[in-house]
Amino acid sequence: MATQFIVHDKADNVGVVVVEDVKAGQDLTGWVMETDETISLKALDPVPLGHKIALKEIKNGETILKYGHDVGRAVTDIGKGRHVHVVNMKTKRW
Amino acid sequence: MARYDFYGYRRENGRVGIRNHVVILPLDDLSNAACEAVANNIKGTMALPHPYGRLQFGEDLELHFRTLIGTGANPNVAACVVIGIEPGWTNRIVEGIAKTGKPVAGFAIEENGDISTIAAASRKAREFMQQASEKQRELCTMKELFVSTKCGESDTTSGLASCPTVGNLIDKLDPLGATTCFGETSELTGAEMVCASRAATKEVADEFMRAFNAYQEVIERHKTSDLSESQPTKGNIAGGLTTIEEKAFGNLQKIGRKTKFIDVLKPAEAPAKGAGLYFMDTSSAAAECVTLQAAAGFVVHLFPTGQGNVIGNPIEPVIKLTANPKTARTMAEHIDLDVSGILRREMTLDQAGDRLIDIMIRTCNGRLTCAEVLGHREFVLTKLYQSA
Repeated sequence: MATQFIVHDKADNVGVVVVEDVKAGQDLTGWVMETDETISLKALDPVPLGHKIALKEIKNGETILKYGHDVGRAVTDIGKGRHVHVVNMKTKRW
Repeated sequence: MARYDFYGYRRENGRVGIRNHVVILPLDDLSNAACEAVANNIKGTMALPHPYGRLQFGEDLELHFRTLIGTGANPNVAACVVIGIEPGWTNRIVEGIAKTGKPVAGFAIEENGDISTIAAASRKAREFMQQASEKQRELCTMKELFVSTKCGESDTTSGLASCPTVGNLIDKLDPLGATTCFGETSELTGAEMVCASRAATKEVADEFMRAFNAYQEVIERHKTSDLSESQPTKGNIAGGLTTIEEKAFGNLQKIGRKTKFIDVLKPAEAPAKGAGLYFMDTSSAAAECVTLQAAAGFVVHLFPTGQGNVIGNPIEPVIKLTANPKTARTMAEHIDLDVSGILRREMTLDQAGDRLIDIMIRTCNGRLTCAEVLGHREFVLTKLYQSA
């Protein structure tokens, strides 16, 4: 089965799109590397290759988890299936 | 011949190189023109022009000397001609390189002028080049190989697959006695505690945190919003990386899952604790980092890229790998190994690690990397602060 997104760790709230043409409304198949699970998700935005997609509802201020670790914070509410990037996520460092 | 053996050049001091360069090395910016003229006269030699070497002082000057001496001393260099504006500092470089036992000679421009200096240096370079051309490769083992790594123009595919491929190689080569090195102090921001937990001892972890915190102080002193789109870079952001923390966790995948680092090196400092993984305190700019690792004696470099950094180094071959299928397709001439199959689940990480070992050994045996055939020779000295 083709994999359109990959999740590093079971604890993560974002995955990474690994194909070039994900469109809004598309049903996606994902692979959780840590547990070797297959999951599914509907994209609500077009998401470019390599960009992140929210795996669940993420509230404004909530920590974004990737690799099972804190990689920044949401700066708006982010819906499940939405594109996660510089407009809705920021560093906690500089 | 065992699977991990390779044919390298064994030097006078016992160290092993995988290239046989005769380098024409300027002490300072003023000597670039003479060095380039010598390299033009004597075919097969290579000049390494750079912009520094005047009015530096203190730790910055020490780093300049350590980098130039280390570059000439690298086992990928068979012999070295040094040219400087005056004899004092020129001889300091010559004496530093001479400790390896390899052929080295220095020439100063003052009281001679460029033309006489070029003539004398060309005669010596001719002798060195013909000597070097007779040097034969010998069978060498993984215990004799020094491998460095640094990633660039990373994207999320780097953290998913190309950096873990390097990590898989490190985990496989560490038990075989290879000497390996990673760096990029600033680019571990957010993952520094995880990195510190990979130090072999508490002392090494403390030393790592000291280097990390010192670098953070430099960034704090000069920082701008989002570091002026330099960390992450515009290319990183285009590739889907949003924050430095996210980039740092991807970066750290390069040291594998098991291997512990045994020491912290200053920039361009040669490893002195035997085989194992070393952390070097470096900038995260690709050419600066690789130049420092080459000056520390590393002879082959593994460079995962996402969006397609095209870097090479004049003396240390840079092997590039990517897991980004678009980069593999649109920038194929820069990519030595395509591991995008990991993302399609057509290739396991273990298989990718084995393929990287294969291409690395072929490179050690003499295969030219993409960066070498494309002429990428980025020799970029790290400067710590303003000159006097």
